[in-house]
Amino acid sequence: MKQTTVRELRFVSQVVFFGLFLFLLFKTAFRGSFQLAAGEVRLPYPVGVFLEADPLVALANALSTRALYRNLVWSLAILVPTFFLGRFFCGWICPMGSLSHFFGSFKSEKKRGAALIASNRYKRWQTSKYYILVTVLVAALFGSVVAGILDPISLMVRSLGVSLLPAVNYGVGAGLDALYGTGARPLRLLADGVQVLLQGSLASFKQPHFRQAFLLGAVFVLLMGLNLRVTRFWCRALCPLGALLGALSRWAPLGMVKYPDKCDDCRRCLLHCQGGDDPIPGAPWRKAECHLCFNCVGDCPTGGIAFSFFGERSAVVDVPQLQRRKLVTSLAAGVGLVPLLRATPALAGEIDPRLVRPPGALDERHFLERCIRCGACMKVCPNNALHPTLIEGGLEALWTPVLVPRIGYCEPSCVLCSQVCPTGAIWEISQAQKLGRLKPGNGKSAGEAGGDPIKIGTAFYDQGRCLPWSMATECIVCEEWCPTSPKAVYLQTVQVADPKGEVKTVRQPRVDPRLCTGCGACEFACPVRDRPAVYVTSVGETRSKTNQFILQRPPRVRT
Amino acid sequence: MPTDAAADRREFLLQVLRLGGLSAGTLGVGAWLGSRSRRPEDTGAITLERSSGVAPDLSLPELVVIQNGEPAQLARAAFDALGGVRRFVGRGDVVMVKPNVGWDRTAEQAANTNPQLLGEVIRLCRDAGAKKVVVSDVSCNETVTCFERSGIAEAARSQGAEVILPEARRFKEVDLRGDALGVWPVLEPFLEADKVINLPIAKHHSLTGVTLGMKNWYGILGGQRSRLHQRINESLADLAAFMQPTLTVVDAFRVLMRNGPTGGSLADVEERRTVVASTDPVAVDAYVAKAFWDLDFRRLGFLRLAEERGLGKMNFEEVRSRIVDLAAS
Repeated sequence: MKQTTVRELRFVSQVVFFGLFLFLLFKTAFRGSFQLAAGEVRLPYPVGVFLEADPLVALANALSTRALYRNLVWSLAILVPTFFLGRFFCGWICPMGSLSHFFGSFKSEKKRGAALIASNRYKRWQTSKYYILVTVLVAALFGSVVAGILDPISLMVRSLGVSLLPAVNYGVGAGLDALYGTGARPLRLLADGVQVLLQGSLASFKQPHFRQAFLLGAVFVLLMGLNLRVTRFWCRALCPLGALLGALSRWAPLGMVKYPDKCDDCRRCLLHCQGGDDPIPGAPWRKAECHLCFNCVGDCPTGGIAFSFFGERSAVVDVPQLQRRKLVTSLAAGVGLVPLLRATPALAGEIDPRLVRPPGALDERHFLERCIRCGACMKVCPNNALHPTLIEGGLEALWTPVLVPRIGYCEPSCVLCSQVCPTGAIWEISQAQKLGRLKPGNGKSAGEAGGDPIKIGTAFYDQGRCLPWSMATECIVCEEWCPTSPKAVYLQTVQVADPKGEVKTVRQPRVDPRLCTGCGACEFACPVRDRPAVYVTSVGETRSKTNQFILQRPPRVRT
Repeated sequence: MPTDAAADRREFLLQVLRLGGLSAGTLGVGAWLGSRSRRPEDTGAITLERSSGVAPDLSLPELVVIQNGEPAQLARAAFDALGGVRRFVGRGDVVMVKPNVGWDRTAEQAANTNPQLLGEVIRLCRDAGAKKVVVSDVSCNETVTCFERSGIAEAARSQGAEVILPEARRFKEVDLRGDALGVWPVLEPFLEADKVINLPIAKHHSLTGVTLGMKNWYGILGGQRSRLHQRINESLADLAAFMQPTLTVVDAFRVLMRNGPTGGSLADVEERRTVVASTDPVAVDAYVAKAFWDLDFRRLGFLRLAEERGLGKMNFEEVRSRIVDLAAS
């Protein structure tokens, strides 16, 4: 095959992997496909594969935990070939890269002809991504994977899953509502048909809503918009994964060979250069910047550029040209970041009572060593219960998952969030472990019989707002919904005076904290709509040794 | 060639016309929009009388209790004892079957209607010539999970029924004209069906003692229905008066004796292998409450209110009844 056609191959690869990424993201949802025989909800596809094959996620996980969780070893399938090939991932696979490529290819007044050629020369600001990388890796070493905020796969899953796809869902739903609202039979059938069609893929049965959705979407749109100004600005300037792969391609035998004697200096090789790696003669090729997109090879009219293994290279810069002072600064930033974040009280005992973490979440310190804020748990939650935090867990925990029972409670039989978490921040648990029929295992074994149910918090009554407590009115919807057996909400029949002073018998609800798992079904169902009369706080959560209040252990669960 | 002055004049006139047209148009649109201003109001609710009952037949029992069989057998025997399914379902009927699919529980946990029982009822209706059998419910827990884990979706689809999930757009505002219930969103298919078969499961409930057929109509409503508990007896009577089903078939194959209506533990479930079916929606609830929980119908307010409204007899001993023991025959 001629090298000039490799770029068509690259284009196909980008489309295929982007399609695969979207497909798996759509499938990061419960769509009514589960094995009744197994009795457990399981997703039929390995939906986390992009995150689990992400070398930055793996390296951050390894640095902060001195181990690799579950499927993160798959990242070696990207990492090791990078040693030989360079940044092929950026040019051929990365969905964020492909999207940036797409938006970067739009022309503008300042990005055409000579101006475009000039803007695609190597710029020194392209080294900023290496400083970002150094900072987040040092922070990971000190136990905080803020790397996930800027990791491109994590960023894509979070931005699309928690913000843009729900927005699309809303738009489509509004359109279908309008069709259905016309009342015309053919239009109604059309709406039904589209609904059925989309429900299997894109749309959700229930419109998801997420806290921070606008902010997350706006950040993503801004990052994409920057590509309009400078081709693949994200990949060239900011992406820490690109920086990692670039730094690791130092000894890659695959590289660019320039033939200056064939060159007539037309500079067409710069027109569609993605990496900004100077394929032109007269300047050294920047190996760590090149995405191997092969546009320069295809654009060269005289055959003056080729890629080869162990080829005779002219001038090459094979390591990023970092400035020592900036490098030291970014090291220092990484070293200083974690202590500075932890000088706030978030981890030290002043806990936000509403920071209810999903079941299976490790204790806060170990959680923050793992959570990359990819939002997969939020995307997959069938009850829309998990949301990105803003400051509930302190600034360090930005965009980590929090359970918001008023929007959705935690279904006892569901462990999907623990199945999709790529890093073990929400450690994988089975339904039996969650319900207390098995003790949680250590990752090697399934665990033994007779554990305690996993508790994520405890429900409390706001008696002033509760109908039977203060308004002489029957209710007990909380007791009806309570999913534990025996129920954690128990009733006391009492005589109260109604407004006319007449005696009335009502049943008042109370919580047995030893039975309550903090699932939030009571808070979700409470008819006092705005601020419910029963609410869950995190106290008593299984994952914490310190956030406790009852001395007695919870009783064993009957099966 | 016109002179400069003529060109100026024509340009001036054109300018006047443009400005005149623009001003007139703007004024017109403004006046039209101004005249359209109304304070937003709820779009009107519909009212409708509906009853899908069948004519009484004095030669047949009104209430049958079928004991000791598998769910499908029980369903067949119940229809047979009541005069056959063709008495209730005619050729070309659209039949709505309303199981309880409220909770994310398996069939063994007995919080939702038995799927085999549902499947057999659908099959019987289709054999009797029903044009379409529709299965729907407004679940409490997440809808798709409830329909799947309960086995209801699978059972309904395999028997060729249409499963309608309660999407927001499928509700109509209906004035129920009840004592406690006014305008509520009601799931559309319930308004459109020719025949309605109520297929609840018998469960314990802390507020009403039991949740049976009348309580199952909770599942036709959207909106913030958790408020119904505040006047539960009136609400249930209102719903029963609105629905007036063709038939009520209470699933007591597995009975959730405690910790209802959610249950969860198999220790709460007793296998009673029974189905109670009746054309009288009040008597059937009264009978099941007595038979399984020893609750006296006189103490169940919703039954008393329903009888006062002429929806049925709560003293089940006064209705023509028959007990069939499948193990004995």
